[in-house]
Amino acid sequence: MTKSELIEVLAQAQGQLAYRDVELAVKYMLEHMSQALATGERIEIRGFGSFSLHYRPPRVGRNPKTGEAVELSGKYVPHFKPGKELRERVNDAYQRSLLSQEVHGRDKAHEEVARESA
Amino acid sequence: MALTKAEMAERLYEELGLNKREAKEMVELFFEEIRLALENGQQVKLSGFGNFDLREKKQRPGRNPKTGEEIPISARRVVTFRPGQKLKARVEAYAGGE
Repeated sequence: MTKSELIEVLAQAQGQLAYRDVELAVKYMLEHMSQALATGERIEIRGFGSFSLHYRPPRVGRNPKTGEAVELSGKYVPHFKPGKELRERVNDAYQRSLLSQEVHGRDKAHEEVARESA
Repeated sequence: MALTKAEMAERLYEELGLNKREAKEMVELFFEEIRLALENGQQVKLSGFGNFDLREKKQRPGRNPKTGEEIPISARRVVTFRPGQKLKARVEAYAGGE
């Protein structure tokens, strides 16, 4: 799902809002979140997850083209930790899909046996 | 201090002129639709911010940290986040200091 597809779904769910407002709302929310992280603030969304910054210490890297060593300074990178509800919903749906594949496979095998013995 | 849904809704109310209920619903629904897509096995790509990807993990040996007992961690699907170039660049500039 892309950002524009997300906007589409939200606009359909919030039919009373103009499409343009939904588009702006998504833009504002993502900007608000980016801004928070860019100023070192965490984001905590219950049931979804939290975003924080992880520090990467300075290191000596290499220019892949020339092989030359380059000093890279320490930096922060965004990190996301999925919340309990998101983790469980994603994994539960996955387990159900695995189970239905298994059952489906078994049904097929049964059909074949039935066909062969007929 | 951390950014929460309440503050995000407040911003939509102040800057976009949605009423308080609409703003709250919008924020709620925004995260719910992302969850639903991921639940349905769909990757979510938010350009300028980042991608929420799905990864399948094989079963691996685990241990009950309390008892030390060995219990396998079953195969599962997990969500990972890959920040986009734009977000990475903005965060990289953060010097720390809090």
